[in-house]
Amino acid sequence: MTSDSLESRTGDRSITIVAPRLLAAVLVGVLLAMLPPAGAMLQVPSVVGLATQVMIYAIAAMSLNLVLGYGGLVTFGHAAFFGLGGYAVGILYQHFADSSAFLGFFPGSDALLVAIPVAMLVSAAAAAGIGALSLRTSGVPFIMITLAFAQMVFFLFVSLKAYGGDDGLMMRRRDVLPFLNTRDDATFYYICLMAAAAWFLLTACIVRSRFGFVLSGLRQNERRMMAMGVAPYRYRLVAFIIAGAGAGLAGALMANHLRFVSPDMMHWTKSGELMMMVILGGAGTLTGPLLGAAAMVLLETLLAARTENWQLYLGFILLAVVMLTRGGLAALLGRAGRAQP
Amino acid sequence: MIILEQILNGVQFGITLFLMSAGLTLIFGIMGVINLAHGSLYMIGAYAAALVAAYTGSVGLALLGGIAAAAASGILIEFVVVQRLYQRDHLDQVLATFALILIINQSANMLFGRQPLFVAMPPSLSGSVTLLPGLVYPVYRLLVIVLGLSVAAGLFLLIHRTRIGMLVRAGATHRQMVRALGVNVRLLYTAVFGLGALLAGLAGVIAGPITSVQVGMGEQILILAFVVVVIGGLGSVRGAFFGALVAGLVDTLARAFLPMLLRQLMGGSNADALASGLSSISIYLLMALVLLIRPQGLLAGKP
Repeated sequence: MTSDSLESRTGDRSITIVAPRLLAAVLVGVLLAMLPPAGAMLQVPSVVGLATQVMIYAIAAMSLNLVLGYGGLVTFGHAAFFGLGGYAVGILYQHFADSSAFLGFFPGSDALLVAIPVAMLVSAAAAAGIGALSLRTSGVPFIMITLAFAQMVFFLFVSLKAYGGDDGLMMRRRDVLPFLNTRDDATFYYICLMAAAAWFLLTACIVRSRFGFVLSGLRQNERRMMAMGVAPYRYRLVAFIIAGAGAGLAGALMANHLRFVSPDMMHWTKSGELMMMVILGGAGTLTGPLLGAAAMVLLETLLAARTENWQLYLGFILLAVVMLTRGGLAALLGRAGRAQP
Repeated sequence: MIILEQILNGVQFGITLFLMSAGLTLIFGIMGVINLAHGSLYMIGAYAAALVAAYTGSVGLALLGGIAAAAASGILIEFVVVQRLYQRDHLDQVLATFALILIINQSANMLFGRQPLFVAMPPSLSGSVTLLPGLVYPVYRLLVIVLGLSVAAGLFLLIHRTRIGMLVRAGATHRQMVRALGVNVRLLYTAVFGLGALLAGLAGVIAGPITSVQVGMGEQILILAFVVVVIGGLGSVRGAFFGALVAGLVDTLARAFLPMLLRQLMGGSNADALASGLSSISIYLLMALVLLIRPQGLLAGKP
């Protein structure tokens, strides 16, 4: 449990803490909302695409954080749900484009309001299946099993030649929304921003609910929780499914953002990247995954612009972060905030 | 006869998997460290052997060079990174070793390029022998099987019959006690990590002429080795051995015979697509099945 979440829960002190935090949140919100016009004004339109990616990865990282940070379950297969969400969108679009039906039954669609719920449902269903099996173990076997299942999904899509196999699926256009032009990058950015904000609020509600406390309690002391009559398996499975749905949402948005899905989205290194975002930002904190996603996307973009061997430098930076810091960027910011009250 | 040949291929693949998963099991079992960079050591072994073979043309030197390079890299990694992670939780270990993969893979990319290196089969070993009437088998693969089985036997003797093995086993369950008995645990850890790295390097060396040597080869087999560890039971070298053989056989036999079987049930192109999908996930299906029945693995170590 982080110190600031403790403080906000211990009565009167929360009042003094909440006001500056609220202020900061409003400030960040305004800044994020200003981003597209500011980017256009400063002649750096590419910043919108980058910020869209940050928002999408933030959703994926926040969802992973629910199981990894709050639940203490080190899952190494989160990218599978991210990729499944993306493929749900891509497959729906392909069937829409050639007006065929999935499995000869379900028609395709290019409506975002159809594609996103379908993507989230597909990912949640996969998470239910994989979680139900993986959660029979814990600790290191759990890490390995989630990784192995993700590989299984990965290979499945590599071998699905009907949906592009190795090469992936292209979408000619983004999915459409009534009254909004999703083809406009700024509009799409705002959609992703809203989705990220909604997922953030949902996560905040979950971790402050009874369910969230039980989940954290299970991480801290499983035996004590069991003695209190809590069945760990069910709570963890539900958290795993919610996390899967969140990754599905992120994947669906990413497919729309890039207008492309490929098995790369579910490659195990993508799971590693998502974990890095959570750790880098601070596992088990609300804002950590947001910071981590932003840091990771910016770091990758900056390094990739400078050198072809950016992965080498990324590796060294990540290694340094893991070895030298504890609690990630959120803890670092928290420490800085406390140092100068 | 083709079935027998494929079974031998399965055993040979299983042995490569065993060398990988034995290292993982040893390192996890005694030190509690989950090392994702284990696959990178496999890759280092393969590259080093390929280079030595290209310069000297000697099989023996290539073998020695490969395992020496892997063991040295392992000891270096243990010294610089892993040593600081023993007291941390698994998450930090996973992430730090993930970062190591990025570093090692990209370095290999810079040094050797993206093109896979093809290692020529040593001429003395490129022939075939007739094992049974009608069963002709490549000498090299046969040697791999023999070599792997002898390494496995040596490992069992080391772990169950020697003082080092006793410490390894004791350290796995009662770390503090071993330390209290005056054993230099730090040194023991470094040695075990080096041994695990050596086994991974050996696996890489022998896989070189069968597959191609390329960046990313380590991760493919690493994940299979994980599956093996889960099937066999975490922390048990015996489990790793049987898990590896079962996984190797299932994978090889599925790849060899599923297309044929499915083609009798449905149309050719559909059958081929489905078969390639099914056979690449057959080993994961096996793992799911084992998990359903025995979550702790087939031959789990003592609890």
